[in-house]
Amino acid sequence: MALDVRLTHWLAYRLLRLTLVLFCVAALAFGLVMLSPIDPVDAYLGPQMAQVSPEQRALIAERWGFESPPAVQFGHWLRQLLSGELGWSHIYNQPVSEVISQRFSRSIMLLSSAWLLSVLVGFALGVIAGAKEGSTLDRVISGYAYITASTPTFWLGIVGVLLFSVYLGWTPICCAGPPGVLSQEVSLLTRLHHLALPVATLTLLGIASITLHTRTRMIALMRSEIATHAFAQGASRIDIAWRHGIRHASLPALTLAFASLGELFGGAILIEQIFAYPGLGQATVEAGLRSDVPLLLGIALFTALFVSVGNLIADSLYHLIDPRIEQGPL
Amino acid sequence: MLHIDRLTLQLPYYQPWWKRRWATCFEQISLSLMPGEIHAIVGASGAGKSLLACAIMGLLPEGAKTSGQLVFQSEPLTPARQCQLRGRQLALIPQSLSALDPLVRSQRQVSWAARRAGQAKANAWKSAGQALAHYQLNDAAQRAFPHELSGGMARRVLTAMAHVSHAQLIIADEPSVGLDPRQRERVMAALKALADQGKAVMLITHDLRHALPIADKVTIMRQGQCMETTTARAFQGSGDTLSSGYAKSLWQALPDNAFSLPVAQVAASKEPNSA
Repeated sequence: MALDVRLTHWLAYRLLRLTLVLFCVAALAFGLVMLSPIDPVDAYLGPQMAQVSPEQRALIAERWGFESPPAVQFGHWLRQLLSGELGWSHIYNQPVSEVISQRFSRSIMLLSSAWLLSVLVGFALGVIAGAKEGSTLDRVISGYAYITASTPTFWLGIVGVLLFSVYLGWTPICCAGPPGVLSQEVSLLTRLHHLALPVATLTLLGIASITLHTRTRMIALMRSEIATHAFAQGASRIDIAWRHGIRHASLPALTLAFASLGELFGGAILIEQIFAYPGLGQATVEAGLRSDVPLLLGIALFTALFVSVGNLIADSLYHLIDPRIEQGPL
Repeated sequence: MLHIDRLTLQLPYYQPWWKRRWATCFEQISLSLMPGEIHAIVGASGAGKSLLACAIMGLLPEGAKTSGQLVFQSEPLTPARQCQLRGRQLALIPQSLSALDPLVRSQRQVSWAARRAGQAKANAWKSAGQALAHYQLNDAAQRAFPHELSGGMARRVLTAMAHVSHAQLIIADEPSVGLDPRQRERVMAALKALADQGKAVMLITHDLRHALPIADKVTIMRQGQCMETTTARAFQGSGDTLSSGYAKSLWQALPDNAFSLPVAQVAASKEPNSA
């Protein structure tokens, strides 16, 4: 088959799958909100609830279409979604799409730097530990990985704030910039200074799983016939780790790196809460606590999209590394 | 070139309550490999052939206990010297095709072998291409990944990896297993060519018939013991010049010969070992 035909097929198949996943997430999220005790009218009115008569409430409910069955309401919401209308967030008094894009542009700094650091450092540590299985270095690295793998994110975040912000005063206690300064006026250095501790916390925790998986793959390789053959050619352990090991270990590492995007998102919600960092995670918590249904649904869909695209990238990268996996588009 | 003097190998194994026992893998093996000769080691599975290859290369698992002596080019072959000579003077063609890295194209793998043998980077790439071409592997095969090659081609890639190292002693572990007659002949001819260049080739196989056409000397191994070392010519006729009963009955059991199974003899020769 010609390359462009194959590429089109592949893309169409992938997009179809992505659409299906998003539809399922939308249906599930909508269903959960319907079942939840949130009353959208109450949430919309907020403290003015007491000043509104039951007749007026009924009028609002009718105008919003709450009388119709859930399936019709879902269809209505879906039609709005397809035309690009995510709704209005009453807690931020902004369209949902704007809230998400603003918040995400701040979160992406935190997420991407933590993700990149944890993947690179985790992979390097895993390769080193696996290549020198049983050595002191290996014991230190895997000991560290086991401890951090079992450390809760919020606990490490709180300890970090206590140690570096409160006792030592090296890092700011909260937020994306100094309080009282407009976000446009915050310099890059100050931004980075505020990012340092949240990124470090997320990275420290993200390293563990990548290290452990890479190490396991490396150990299997160092015991395989490939390694024995390389030893017979006079290769050192470092040579084998460098030439064969990195190729073999990058497959599980890559899978994990992209599959863990969802986990990273979850971690970011907690970390943003602890460091009062105004990102998407914090908006999620706010939306949940203050019953902002459109925003909550928008974030759920956006997160699903983000995670699915991550998995899609991992899937398409496999065949570049392992030629035995069936060829993708290229 | 290589003299093996009463080499014995024992590997530990553990019984309940961490009692360590020693399993004797082979015992009192003495052999001499000469330059330009193919020395076949013939024996059934579990005779200790592959472990003998590992012992020469210094690739034994940790905790192995050896006694006896190895002398390579008139100097004792100590573990340190094995480490130094591996891939440069000593080369191993492994038994399994899974010894090839499935993620690396064949020319690159061969060039790595050349680099490990001490060649410069640019040179290694070129000599890898030459070595593969020498074994009739064309450009497409040189760019192929191991899973895209046939068994015979993959075997020739492994041979090219030993060839490119310019090692003086080449140990081929079951190079003909799983190949059709034509492919097998190509691999065997490649080994013969290596011996004709003045290298010592140790050919490990379980099939006496495949070894005889190219081998100069044959050692028959059985359950870790050296039954007999003789010239390949001794295996002819009814095998009367063979001194050990096991070698004789092995020869006579071949379909081309008497196809006979001397029950009493086999039973008798089994006893001292199993005891």
